[in-house]
Amino acid sequence: MTARSKRRAVVVGASVAGVSAVEALRDGGFEGDVILVGAEAHMPYDRPPLSKQLLAGAWDTEQVMLRPAARYSELDVELRLGVSATSLDVSARAINLDNGEALRYDRLLIATGANPRLPGFVRPLEGVHLLRTLGEALGLRSALLRRPRVVVIGAGFIGSEVAATARGMGCEVTVLEALASPMAQALGAAVGEKLGRLHSEHGVVVVCNATVAGLVGDGVVEAVQLEDGSRVPADVVIVGTGVSPATAWLEGAGLAVSDGVECDQFCRAAPHVYAAGDVARWAQSTGKSVRVEHWTNAVEQGRHAAHNLIASLHGLTQRPYAPTPYFWSDQHGRKIHFVGWSSSEAEILALDETRIVVLYARDERLCGALTLDAPRALAMLRPLVAREAPLADARATVAAAGPARRPIPMENGVSPQPHRLVG
Amino acid sequence: MRVRADQRKCQAYANCILAAPDVFDLDDASGKVVVLEETPTDERRAAVQEAVRNCPTQAITVDAETRHVA
Repeated sequence: MTARSKRRAVVVGASVAGVSAVEALRDGGFEGDVILVGAEAHMPYDRPPLSKQLLAGAWDTEQVMLRPAARYSELDVELRLGVSATSLDVSARAINLDNGEALRYDRLLIATGANPRLPGFVRPLEGVHLLRTLGEALGLRSALLRRPRVVVIGAGFIGSEVAATARGMGCEVTVLEALASPMAQALGAAVGEKLGRLHSEHGVVVVCNATVAGLVGDGVVEAVQLEDGSRVPADVVIVGTGVSPATAWLEGAGLAVSDGVECDQFCRAAPHVYAAGDVARWAQSTGKSVRVEHWTNAVEQGRHAAHNLIASLHGLTQRPYAPTPYFWSDQHGRKIHFVGWSSSEAEILALDETRIVVLYARDERLCGALTLDAPRALAMLRPLVAREAPLADARATVAAAGPARRPIPMENGVSPQPHRLVG
Repeated sequence: MRVRADQRKCQAYANCILAAPDVFDLDDASGKVVVLEETPTDERRAAVQEAVRNCPTQAITVDAETRHVA
């Protein structure tokens, strides 16, 4: 073994970003030691099913594992699970763990993800749930099986998905949203209204512009108190008010931290330190910095950071990270897919009675696209989003995508014209 | 290479058709992945590998196929 192969890469965070990084290190020919540190005792698992398949009971714990256990020996990675990193010493190139150990590294990759943000009104009452970890998901599932009255605070991704799943399990569900419509922050008001209607059609009560004043109950939650004086009775309350990057352990490390670990365009936070996934904020070529909390970004950024990490060991050129973000969400059996960045200029196009495409633009150029049950249209729009094509080209692409992939009844050999503007 | 997709694992997350739209599609009726091209050309290799990596349910597998020329 050469000296080079003795090098050690430490990945903190047994998340999808962390596991993707470990795989990319080996794919990229890194022959040194690889250590993956994870705060939870479970084998690395995947989070998207926690609010959907696992919560609904369609999948078991085994099915949410990111990789079969044997994969980690195949990758020759040392797993340190159930151990948290407590601090980072950049000059000593070491991290400290909560078991007292100091772990030296040649290169570090931070993938510690994010933790639920807790509003001030949250008190430790029975019946109040968060949903970030596998344990929390299993706990919530057993509570939902008793068909409680459910109140979801926050109609973002987690809140909307949990509401849909709980409703599907036969619970009475109310969603409280501070803004004027669900998912408005991510997708804009017009799309938010549509998604709000989707909830209503499935029997979920959505209360928008709702400000929560507090939780009612002594030991056990009984209701959610709103600022306007009304009370919503609840046996189970789920707090889904967003997440904050898990950077507490980096305090005093000398890294720039501001709503995420600040990285340059190469995913680099410091000369030997990289970051990826929910925890990472990176500089775009425009100079603006962004942070993305979606699964596909965690995979792509984890891999990208790992490749740059390897390049840095060999004095090779590192590549800037410039993704076209992608995410999906399942609600009430409908598939929402999104690519790019949203904007306030949203144009909603209907493909047919139920399927829609939303084009997001900045100055008449396409910056993002959303589809409801129309993934093929999204795939066709992706390259247009990537090159910021004129909005007119995007409209033409949607017209061409149309419902052509499902059989259309033909009258006199002429296909009907299914495209019309709505909303 | 030969591409296979496991419809039982597929959850219609559509990462594959974004990565390699010429190779994958989702069936409108079942909502599940379908392989449009089982033995894609080498120029699509990178896109197919991206689809494999980006599938949240690991529903896509690729076998390396060695061609023996007589």
